[in-house]
Amino acid sequence: MAEGIQRADISASDVHSLHKRVKDAFQAFDYEMNNTVDVREITTIIYSLGCFPSQKDIHEFIAELEEDHTGSVHLDKFLPVMTNVLMEHKFPSIPEDVLIQAFEVLDKDSKGYLDSEEMVELMTKEGESFTQDEMTEMLMALADHERRIYYKDIICQLTFDQEI
Amino acid sequence: MGCGLGKSKQQMQKCDKVNLSVPASIAIRAAVLIQRWYRRYVARLEIRRRCTWNIFQSIEYAGQQDQIKLYNFFVFLMQHFTPASSERNLISHIFHDDPRHGAQLETFHCYESIEVSNSYTGPRLTFPLTFCGVSKLVETFKHRQKLHARYVLQLLGETAKLLRILANINHVSTSYTKEITICGDLHGHLEDLLLIFYKNGLPSGEKPYVFNGDFVDRGKNSLEILLILFGFLLVYPHDVHLNRGNHEDHIVNLRYGFTKEVLGKYRVHGKKILKLLKKIFCWLPLATVIDHKVLVVHGGISDATDLDTIARVDRHKYVSALRPPSRTKIKNRSDVTADGPVTRRRRVCSLTHDRCVPPQRYELQCRSLQNLPTSSWTEEEEMRRRGVTGAEPRWSYSDLDPDVHDWKQIVDMLWSDPMPQNGCIHNEVRGGGCYWGPDVTEEVLGRHGLQLLIRSHECKQDGYEFCHNRRVLTIFSASNYYEVGSNRGAYIKLGPDLVPHVVQYQASQTCRELSLRQSVGWTERSALQALREQLFVHTSHLIAAFQEFDPNHTGMVSLRDWASATESVLKLGLPWRVLRPQLVSSTCSGMVDYQQWIRELTITKPNLEISDTSILETMYKNHSNLETIFRIIDTDHSGSISLEEFRQTWKLLCSHIQTEISDDAIDDLAKCIDFNKDGSIDINEFMEAFRLVDLSTGPKVTE
Repeated sequence: MAEGIQRADISASDVHSLHKRVKDAFQAFDYEMNNTVDVREITTIIYSLGCFPSQKDIHEFIAELEEDHTGSVHLDKFLPVMTNVLMEHKFPSIPEDVLIQAFEVLDKDSKGYLDSEEMVELMTKEGESFTQDEMTEMLMALADHERRIYYKDIICQLTFDQEI
Repeated sequence: MGCGLGKSKQQMQKCDKVNLSVPASIAIRAAVLIQRWYRRYVARLEIRRRCTWNIFQSIEYAGQQDQIKLYNFFVFLMQHFTPASSERNLISHIFHDDPRHGAQLETFHCYESIEVSNSYTGPRLTFPLTFCGVSKLVETFKHRQKLHARYVLQLLGETAKLLRILANINHVSTSYTKEITICGDLHGHLEDLLLIFYKNGLPSGEKPYVFNGDFVDRGKNSLEILLILFGFLLVYPHDVHLNRGNHEDHIVNLRYGFTKEVLGKYRVHGKKILKLLKKIFCWLPLATVIDHKVLVVHGGISDATDLDTIARVDRHKYVSALRPPSRTKIKNRSDVTADGPVTRRRRVCSLTHDRCVPPQRYELQCRSLQNLPTSSWTEEEEMRRRGVTGAEPRWSYSDLDPDVHDWKQIVDMLWSDPMPQNGCIHNEVRGGGCYWGPDVTEEVLGRHGLQLLIRSHECKQDGYEFCHNRRVLTIFSASNYYEVGSNRGAYIKLGPDLVPHVVQYQASQTCRELSLRQSVGWTERSALQALREQLFVHTSHLIAAFQEFDPNHTGMVSLRDWASATESVLKLGLPWRVLRPQLVSSTCSGMVDYQQWIRELTITKPNLEISDTSILETMYKNHSNLETIFRIIDTDHSGSISLEEFRQTWKLLCSHIQTEISDDAIDDLAKCIDFNKDGSIDINEFMEAFRLVDLSTGPKVTE
């Protein structure tokens, strides 16, 4: 358990709540009900808990958990590591306004939107590139009938409430 | 992050492409932020999708279990009430088969007296049916037209005559390099059947098909699907093969909508149609074997499955798979009330649950349908549900009466589900059949020289799923089963190499693919509505549970307590904390105002002024059972029952759920429900009153 790194201002009941959150998210993917999940689902689980890791962070995280290369991760290993991540806010999410700034940077003419073509170029060629499937899905979800992505609108639509 | 000052030429070129006027490093950082944010968003959608799925499945299976409990209750009544008892009379007819064969022939020809008026513009089928006739039928249904009752009855009559000469197990071969197409559950989804025909071609001599059961119930076009499948069966009897599913059963149909559909579409002749269908269902073959190597059956197998036995049974004796054979009456009970069965049952009681089986003794032979207490699905119990912590061992089939032995084989074939762990245990979730493990698959397939088991019975998100080292393949052909966007459908193509090729599809009314967000959104809305209904019917228990966590009557409980209390009442094994944001609109500093929340789960009540509101809650909670009982009592399928019959229904229900309700309260209720005061109650009108509307968000979002 992660007790050794526990901060003084976090109570035992907070830890309990965190454990429950992590378990719930984990168990949504525990198809065989034996407290293991396929390692490929770990990313989804981490994201769903409100964290914002980079690809590199994820690779390191998984490497730490999956030492026996079985392709699955057991709850007993995942729980303490994930709880620790949550308590220390290791992969903090970006606030909306920073996200909007990111879009504005790319929207050089300040049109208020980005064309699908621009998005495709950026998302598939730069940074932590999207796969073809991810790109198609994003366009289908976010672009309007003129193939434009009005970024301020979509951010409002798609923001989730933060878990406490 | 960032590229640093020494940009490579390549990166400069990239920047030109995108025509940025900001340094590439910043652009890349921006892109990364957006990518990360988007991926997280998709991941959260995925979690929601899984939760939604779990909601639907747990409610569905809880409903099925409910159904079987109700049926067991009728069995119990039949055996424990004296012949003079009025309750017994109400339901005795569902246990009677028509003994005379002569009567059957009459039924097959009952269409002759029905005239078709000149104003009828639908197809006038001629028999023997030809390919032209059945194609016309498909076209008719594609255009949402109705087939005249005369032709429905005639087609069904011909089908019944054909089915009687078929064997229990269809044997099919892929010789002449023919590919066989295998379809799973259709459940009245005509759109999916038409989509399959469109993608794959109509059944014919060159294009053989196997349809693996569950053609009816739930969807709106069960009858049309049956007529099309039977039509093709008549035209190509050697190339179209039908397997019986657990929904090809008149008792199950009473609850899950098929009976209602037929009576709604054919008000005058619906009753005759249902009577004929009752016979047809019990004459459907039980399984199909392809090239002696692939077994296709609706539910699955058990450790006792023996195809030779199945091949020998008189399948038509089992009108409803839920009903044990008639020989096992009271006088046989003494044979089986030896130490074995009774002790085992008591042991189950103490091992797993606090609530014990009620004192009345239910029929013991049918072990798979024993009224075992409902599992409470906490995490630990869920494991046990799947037999991980070694539940009680199965009984030896040789202990039982041969008729019962045969019957259990059939129930197992139609109701069982695979599980990841080894072994074979009672299927508590459904209430019938078993859960079987990979070891059982190997043993049974090995014993029969088979290499693959294809089955259906369970809805899968992708329309299909392999398990047990790819020796078992589940195929499900009703897309959007729970809601638009909930899942794809699929079918299998099997050639002489016997390697299954799966083809997926999704019927879409708007002819447009839904994005992930849209499909999750729709499905989720629907699941949450279903869940809110479940919450509503447990209102008083929920309040009691919350109050236990709130001894000082502050009206608030913590989120954690909210989740525990809700699970303890509903027992659906759902991740309440994950669902909380969708169910509870507001919280203050981690606490839930539960009184307020319960008020928010409002529904429109029917226009009933009833003094005793707890009766209303009981009604909502048991409305499916109530409807089933109504339809059984309504023997002439008129759609209405008398006030007296209503009172008797209510009393029946109350004894089943072991609730006391005074005669006065029932009278009160009966008078209110007779909306037009004519002394009879229209069932459909009454059931309409149960459509729950969430007042806080406006009218119910319908599909």
